[in-house]
Amino acid sequence: MKPAKFEYFAPTSLAEALELLHEHGDDAKVLAGGQSLMPMINMRLARPKVVADINRIPDLDYISPTPDGGLAIGALTRQRSVEKSTDVKARIPVLAAAMPSIGHFQIRNRGTVGGSISHADPSAELPALCFALDGEFVLSSASNQRVLKPVDFFISHLTTALEPGELLTEIRLPARALAPSEEWRWGFQEVCRRQGDFAMVGAVSLLKLDGGGICQSACITMFGVAGTPVRIRRAEEALLGSRVNGSVLQDVSRIVSEELDPDSDIHASSAYRKEIGGVIARRTLEAAIDRRNGDETA
Amino acid sequence: MTSSYRAVTLPIKLTVNGKEYQSSVEVRKTLADFLRDELGLTGTHLGCEHGVCGACTILFNGDAVRSCLMLAVQADGANLTTVEGLAQEEELHPLQQAFQENHALQCGFCTPGMLMTAYAFLQDTPSPTEEQVKEGISGNICRCTGYAPIIQAILQTSKEPPVRKAGE
Repeated sequence: MKPAKFEYFAPTSLAEALELLHEHGDDAKVLAGGQSLMPMINMRLARPKVVADINRIPDLDYISPTPDGGLAIGALTRQRSVEKSTDVKARIPVLAAAMPSIGHFQIRNRGTVGGSISHADPSAELPALCFALDGEFVLSSASNQRVLKPVDFFISHLTTALEPGELLTEIRLPARALAPSEEWRWGFQEVCRRQGDFAMVGAVSLLKLDGGGICQSACITMFGVAGTPVRIRRAEEALLGSRVNGSVLQDVSRIVSEELDPDSDIHASSAYRKEIGGVIARRTLEAAIDRRNGDETA
Repeated sequence: MTSSYRAVTLPIKLTVNGKEYQSSVEVRKTLADFLRDELGLTGTHLGCEHGVCGACTILFNGDAVRSCLMLAVQADGANLTTVEGLAQEEELHPLQQAFQENHALQCGFCTPGMLMTAYAFLQDTPSPTEEQVKEGISGNICRCTGYAPIIQAILQTSKEPPVRKAGE
């Protein structure tokens, strides 16, 4: 339970960090909050030759409101900062509401937004939220910068489109509902055995209803059920254009269960994940109907 | 520490419980091991060493963190508080007093982490509900008490006059 030897660097600027990653390529692991990498290093499941500690880079930790009503979040921003941010609460309340489900507060004091996304655990909350919110990731390298959508970024279990030498530097999340007619409603729920555990199944639902309660847009994202977060398009289609009531929700719940094809592991069987996935998808939609964006108490 | 380092061993300077330390540490040494082995502060316990049990919880610049998930070199320039920083001389910290009165420990292994977690939790949430306390300590595992007396001790402390800052 002690780390193997590695070379340690603590760059103090982004340029310096990117140069370092360029030089060491595949040999380097980026140390951000350390809440995923350090356990692996302690158990020697990871034995990087080079550890690039980005915690001394000052300008990667920010939550900036963007003109379109969304947010740009620096990759090194601590999860606890997102949880406490009034900008996050006002602009993307589903993000604020989901943060306490990430580990425990001691974990969120260190854990970073960029770290969780780059680690790409299929049962992690932040990847699923970015997926559901249709955000953008800024990937920087010594020679280039590119912007990827979550659907192109997450490839499979712990695997992303990040190339050796690349660093996730910014997460951009779009506005969710400023104009009353554009009001998104939301729901977030996950199932785990104990508070703070990784989710066995999780759901993020976003819903837009017109004045008559007819569904105009729907996004149902499930996590912990495949190598990456997944949208359940067939369930979304069942919602579109319909008045969202009990029988529609029963259908949607069934469709979600049918569409899921999760693995079994020591935490839960595939059958359990399918069953419970449909249930919590329905519950997030019920929560969405009862709750307007910005209204946390509903 | 202002530029990149390459060495296997690095000099660090930090404050622990109000006292300044200077040392030279191997870069792969965790902060928890450094506190225990180099500084002799063995109150910080190591249970799982991968961030699950919470026994190694300390305050890092005021925030509760797992010291097994940090490298000692990362603490260069930092201000830490460990369980040794709670009591003043012979006088127990109110949290420690409440733990004793409520029999909130049996074997005592989880206690340092519980205390540091509870301390940080009460700084953040001075008047918690029982539910909030349960969630607050959910990242710390205790195999003896069944948690009920720990929750009672934290609730009792929260009802007392404002808690003195640790390390002061």
